[in-house]
Amino acid sequence: MQEIISRLEELFAEGKINRVLGWKKGDLPYNPEPAYFESAEALKDFVYDGFCGANLSKYFIQGSAFEGVTAILLKPCDTYSFNQLIKEHRVDREKAYIIGVGCKGKLNVEAIKAMGIKGITDIKGAEIDGDCKELTVETLYGDKIVAYKDAMLERCHVCKGKEHMVYDELLLESADTLDGDRFAGVEAIEAMSPEEKFEFFRKELSKCIRCNACRNVCPACSCRKCVFDSNKFDSEQKANVDPFNESMFHIIRAFHVAGRCTDCGECSRVCPQGIPLHLFNRKFIKDINEYYGDFIAGENAEEKGPLTNFTLDDMEASERR
Amino acid sequence: MSIKGEEFRPQIVAFCCNWCSYAGADLAGSSRLAYPADVKIIRVPCSCRVNPMFILRAFEKGADGVIICGCHPGDCHYSTGNYYARRRMTLLFSMLDYVGIERGRTRVEWVSAAEGVKFSQTMNEFVETIRGLGKNVRLGDLRCKK
Repeated sequence: MQEIISRLEELFAEGKINRVLGWKKGDLPYNPEPAYFESAEALKDFVYDGFCGANLSKYFIQGSAFEGVTAILLKPCDTYSFNQLIKEHRVDREKAYIIGVGCKGKLNVEAIKAMGIKGITDIKGAEIDGDCKELTVETLYGDKIVAYKDAMLERCHVCKGKEHMVYDELLLESADTLDGDRFAGVEAIEAMSPEEKFEFFRKELSKCIRCNACRNVCPACSCRKCVFDSNKFDSEQKANVDPFNESMFHIIRAFHVAGRCTDCGECSRVCPQGIPLHLFNRKFIKDINEYYGDFIAGENAEEKGPLTNFTLDDMEASERR
Repeated sequence: MSIKGEEFRPQIVAFCCNWCSYAGADLAGSSRLAYPADVKIIRVPCSCRVNPMFILRAFEKGADGVIICGCHPGDCHYSTGNYYARRRMTLLFSMLDYVGIERGRTRVEWVSAAEGVKFSQTMNEFVETIRGLGKNVRLGDLRCKK
């Protein structure tokens, strides 16, 4: 982490950057938050550790409006989202100085809490300079040792790779975290009967409190005016919502980012109710790959997206599996 | 809720494109070809005007089946509209399968202005399928119903 801070101080001193978009310490040891740092002195609050899961790409839409160059710290998977935003002309590449930072998998405090660990006061071993194999969770009831892998976010188990798609310079080492099949969850649901599928989604989606966190965090959801803010769509409040309205919200949310979703996993990370929202996005990604050829959103900033493109002999809707 | 002895009449929404399918429906009418009155036609400028939200909204408001009709691929009045619609609808219907909605409730059919016979046949078939599937209970507002 010191390496990043010294490099940023250097860039400030050289006058190459006017501010930094990074993460600062949160009020708890496990919730760093995205922040702008206006000067080298402000960097004393800077932090980059295993809990910095937040994807900063979307914040750069705002950052593009500022004067001068902003240094933005991007993890390998965040660069896909950033590329996608460049493609959609939502961010100004000229105003960004992209520092690609290494990643050794990002942690999910909910996974630690789900192990029955309560009263967490501090977590050691999440530092990016360490070997990231073991976490020491200090609690009111004594220390607990947790394997780093067991506390990782779901998205890190199905990591897209540790290569940055767009950057100006790279810092820090990465470590491979891939140990799962990305589409296993989707395939498991596809194998169910319609009744089971319906029950599964009713059970998951009835937890939704319509806080809109998934929409607000999504780097692909960047419309100035959102369809869900319209009062004509009468489910802006949970009280107005009927069972299908919840499914409708999530289907439409996923559909609006279909072909543009980079599967960054932010929606599932921020959901306060723990709904596996990535299952919707991945279903679209899987279908697109199967029906229209493999496509990785955000791999480059030029290629046409699958839903803004077509071929003359696309399959018919009735031929879907 | 059907009264005893009265058979189930499904409510079906058909989105028809102005240039081909709506004219096809017109032809079916003027040729005196019968198709069930359960089908409610909504005219849209092009099949690609159909927002996925329209379809979900129709289901939510009590439709038992939704069918989208457009020009044959290659014949779109706006050259490429139905190609985009085809991709969108394929993905949306696949998603509806995924959340457990019966597969037969949605359909895409290409009907040209000269195919009045095909229009009436398609609608007859589709209404039969929906009759077989029965009332749409998984979608729609369940709060005020028994």
